[in-house]
Amino acid sequence: MTSLTRADVEHLARLARLQLAPEELDHYAGQLDVILQSVARVSEVAADDIPPTSHPIPMANVFRDDVVRPGVRRDDIAAAAPAWEDDRFRVPRILDEE
Amino acid sequence: MTATHDTVPFAEAIAAFDPVLGLETHVELGTASKMFCGCPTMFGGAANTHVCPVCLGLPGSLPVVNRTAVESTIRMGLALNCRIAEWCRFARKNYFYPDMPKDYQVSQYDEPLCFDGYLDVTVETPDGPREFRVEIERVHMEEDTGKLTHAGGATGRIHGADYSLVDYNRAGIPLIEIVTKPIVGAGALAPQVARAYVTELRDLMRALGVSDVRMEEGSLRCDVNVSLSRPGEPWGTRSETKNVNSLRSVERAVLSEIERQAAVLRDGGRVIQETRHFHEDTGRSTPGRSKEQAEDYRYFPEPDLVPVAPPRDWVEQLRATLPEPPAARRARLRAEWGISDHEFQTLVNAGALDLVEQTIAAGVDSAAARKWWTGELARTANDRGVELAALGVTPQHIKRLEELVGAGSLSDSLARQVLEGIIAGEGDVDEVVTSRGLAVVSDDAALLEAIDAALAEQPDVADKIRGGKVQAAGAIVGAVMKATRGQADAAKVRALLLERLGVSE
Amino acid sequence: MGLIGADLVRQDAATLARAMAEGEVSSEEVTRAHLDRIGEVDDRVHAFLQLLSTEALDAARDIDRRRAAGEQLGPLAGVPIAVKDVLTMTGVPTTCGSRVLEGWRPPYDSTVVERLRAGGLVILGKTNMDEFAMGSSTEHSAYGPTHNPWDLERIPGGSGGGSAAALAAFEAPLAIGTDTGGSIRQPAAVTGTVGVKPTYGGVSRYGLVALASSLDQAGPCARTVKDTALLHAAIAGHDPRDSTSIQAPVPDVVAAADEADVRGMRIGLVRELRGEGYQAGVSQRFDEAVAILTDLGAEVVEVSCPHFEYALAAYYLILPSEASSNLARFDGMRYGLRMGDDGARSVEEVMSLTREAGFGAEVKRRIMIGTYALSSGYYDAYYGSAQKVRTLITRDFEAAFAQVDVLVSPTAPTTAFRIGDKVDDPLAMYLNDIATIPVNLAGNAAMSLPVGLAPEDGLPVGLQIMAPPMADDRLYRVGAALEAALVDRWGHLLIEEVPAL
Repeated sequence: MTSLTRADVEHLARLARLQLAPEELDHYAGQLDVILQSVARVSEVAADDIPPTSHPIPMANVFRDDVVRPGVRRDDIAAAAPAWEDDRFRVPRILDEE
Repeated sequence: MTATHDTVPFAEAIAAFDPVLGLETHVELGTASKMFCGCPTMFGGAANTHVCPVCLGLPGSLPVVNRTAVESTIRMGLALNCRIAEWCRFARKNYFYPDMPKDYQVSQYDEPLCFDGYLDVTVETPDGPREFRVEIERVHMEEDTGKLTHAGGATGRIHGADYSLVDYNRAGIPLIEIVTKPIVGAGALAPQVARAYVTELRDLMRALGVSDVRMEEGSLRCDVNVSLSRPGEPWGTRSETKNVNSLRSVERAVLSEIERQAAVLRDGGRVIQETRHFHEDTGRSTPGRSKEQAEDYRYFPEPDLVPVAPPRDWVEQLRATLPEPPAARRARLRAEWGISDHEFQTLVNAGALDLVEQTIAAGVDSAAARKWWTGELARTANDRGVELAALGVTPQHIKRLEELVGAGSLSDSLARQVLEGIIAGEGDVDEVVTSRGLAVVSDDAALLEAIDAALAEQPDVADKIRGGKVQAAGAIVGAVMKATRGQADAAKVRALLLERLGVSE
Repeated sequence: MGLIGADLVRQDAATLARAMAEGEVSSEEVTRAHLDRIGEVDDRVHAFLQLLSTEALDAARDIDRRRAAGEQLGPLAGVPIAVKDVLTMTGVPTTCGSRVLEGWRPPYDSTVVERLRAGGLVILGKTNMDEFAMGSSTEHSAYGPTHNPWDLERIPGGSGGGSAAALAAFEAPLAIGTDTGGSIRQPAAVTGTVGVKPTYGGVSRYGLVALASSLDQAGPCARTVKDTALLHAAIAGHDPRDSTSIQAPVPDVVAAADEADVRGMRIGLVRELRGEGYQAGVSQRFDEAVAILTDLGAEVVEVSCPHFEYALAAYYLILPSEASSNLARFDGMRYGLRMGDDGARSVEEVMSLTREAGFGAEVKRRIMIGTYALSSGYYDAYYGSAQKVRTLITRDFEAAFAQVDVLVSPTAPTTAFRIGDKVDDPLAMYLNDIATIPVNLAGNAAMSLPVGLAPEDGLPVGLQIMAPPMADDRLYRVGAALEAALVDRWGHLLIEEVPAL
């Protein structure tokens, strides 16, 4: 297991949209490294022939009928919005086209 | 930002390079409710009024799968000759963007519901039609995002905007993604193959009734991937072009990308893996903001949803609901109507296929049905710049018209005037006939009156006719037609006239 | 038997319900008594983040009115309850113990709250918790810790320390908690109360702000096994709004609690969940309780679940991975905190500043671990492997349940530690969950109930009972039997020994 560097933490923080302060980066790097070392042992027993579990209680085919149901009132969501304009959520300028 | 591309003319580009295409289309389903909640999907509601905790991604909300969306996807997969997964899951595609309420999109990753299919398309070439089999990699389910509008900038686009506004009405609408396997061997026909594929796909979706599939409304979206390589060499780097909003743009996007990449490669450069933005007006694309590395979406199976495992008997039930595939239907109709490929293609290009079929089904003779739709009505639609189906003329109208023409109460030219009236919104066939007084004048007495009046006006012509110059009758017939505003049966007028003058043909 | 004044807060829910049904006391009186109690002690316990005095009294009066009008009411109608602040309630601030949701008033009720209202229970308020349910001590709440009524300088457990402390302080006879890795059971153990994590899918997660979607469950908490069963029956059951909710009838947990008979049952001691690493007093009280079960007619055998030693590692990969995704939505765009939007900054910057300011350190740690574990190139080694360990643990349980009806272990390795002792050592903190985590991974049901005070510190010790999926009733059968035997021995419930506040 390679150690987690400050640059790694910076990358993770960016992926997770966390604006960490510079002094936090080293602090977290240390803590995360320790945690990751200890959880890495899962690969010891994770043989190829063992199927992964994504759902603890097996179930399949849960559906709903294609019918319209009442939603929420716009006033309620507008009241909770940090910024609202022209019946829409106002968000800061976007740099990246998706 | 205008692009100044160096390009190699298409013929030259295609002589030097082999194109490989990949087409990704998204189909917005026409279900009543959204993919994971009961909010309505209908277009055009006031902003943020078709929302609920689920499609807004409010804390604590949970998705529940729309059964009809699954059915539609299976039907689409079957129509595309795909295998239907026995067991598959949804997955989360994680990234941050303001149009995504949860900052992840529920989609499918390595377990699509349908996979390994194909769609046969036909491309017209100077040497005749050529068939291509486009292989389908996968058909999977996902949810649409909200809609962003950008404020404060000059162009209304993202670049230069001060801030943006989000409407989540569209968020959560079922979106079905269809991805082709690499399309190879199309060579110079690549642009047409791409267009033919999207066209055929669109027609198939319409025939299935799963979506409106209107590119201009966004219910059918297409991203075009193109790469070039020299013959015998490994495939090149591909680019992705978005904002391709019409069938014509699909063709042009492929063509322009081949030309652009050829220029890059000819100059010894490297094609960058990038996302490009297509411009309708120039027929060219410009680079999007380049990303240093591919986005890491950290896919994992969606824990809030349980697997979808369609029982085989359900799949077979759905298979039984499939309509005749468009290509097979076209072949059948062409054979039934006994017309040439060219005539048939004209009909299809005019958008008249369905209308002609329906008109014939209503009882109208095949030739007559085709005549009306591909002749007069197609011309009118073209002049007005609208689709044939948007004129307001129905197969029932044509049927009634033909009845009246057959009975002699309308002539062809009067029938055309009736159509004008229908298109103008004046009512149905009988209503227009009445209101415009377009009935053929068949009352002999009235006609004789008009004939006598015309003869009185042109006595010298009368003499000519009596003298044996039967052709001169035309002038009288013309005058009578004018006087009756075209509502006389010209042949009948002529016959009556000659009889009146005691002259035989 | 009449109930008056301060007596009311010392009663269990079943007694209160019966008294109200028989007209001995009104819900308004009961509710008022509990609100008074909260007023007296919560400045020191800090169990509550949000007190709903007006709403509670209104609801209580409404129940009284309906009862007087002859309406048929549910078995817990009129009984007050505290709800962990991770479940949505329309119009009431729901913070999840975080700054990022400070002031957020949901526009909808969680299914659990809906069912509480439908059952006529009176919601007193929302209780404190570790931020977004990440923690074992409630020290990671952005609003300050909750204090254990047994010793105010000690933690009440976590993440649901508020609910457990409210019970132990007699501020409420019932509480709702949520359990992802032990957040109901471990607080129950260290506060001398009862808590159950139902089978995964047994209680709807609609409106439960998600931490780890495949592990989370809401569950009943109370001071007695019977009360817990009554509450379990009130909230459990299929919900079409939760795709993972079980489509089967709720096991008859109340009947099982009434039967309280372990004769002929086979009980398994999990070898890997005892011994070294467990405080001496904890092991001692646990062993004594097991001996009682034998006396009551159960057969106790040792079973081995060899992959349980990997459970903690798997959990601390799966949870952060799912949490990193579940918490992405807290980006300042639609609700909650928004920081740094000065009109010039980009959306990416504003999101990042918001989350940096809004999330505490433990949450940030887990988000980053989760991001790492899911990232391309690492998925197979981390998240993918953890999912396989999950399969192995499920198989261990299945093999064990082929031999026995229930499994038992100490709930937590220690009694309540001091506030501040472990908060700076994440790994040490994670070890608190070592016995409770396997059940969340496999999805089956478990209960913690008090079995004594550790001799060395006089603090409560909990015993954990684990049942197969869908067999939640077995928890109550065994728990009620054990509780009755212990009450017999002590003359009262353990909680009666809690120091006066």
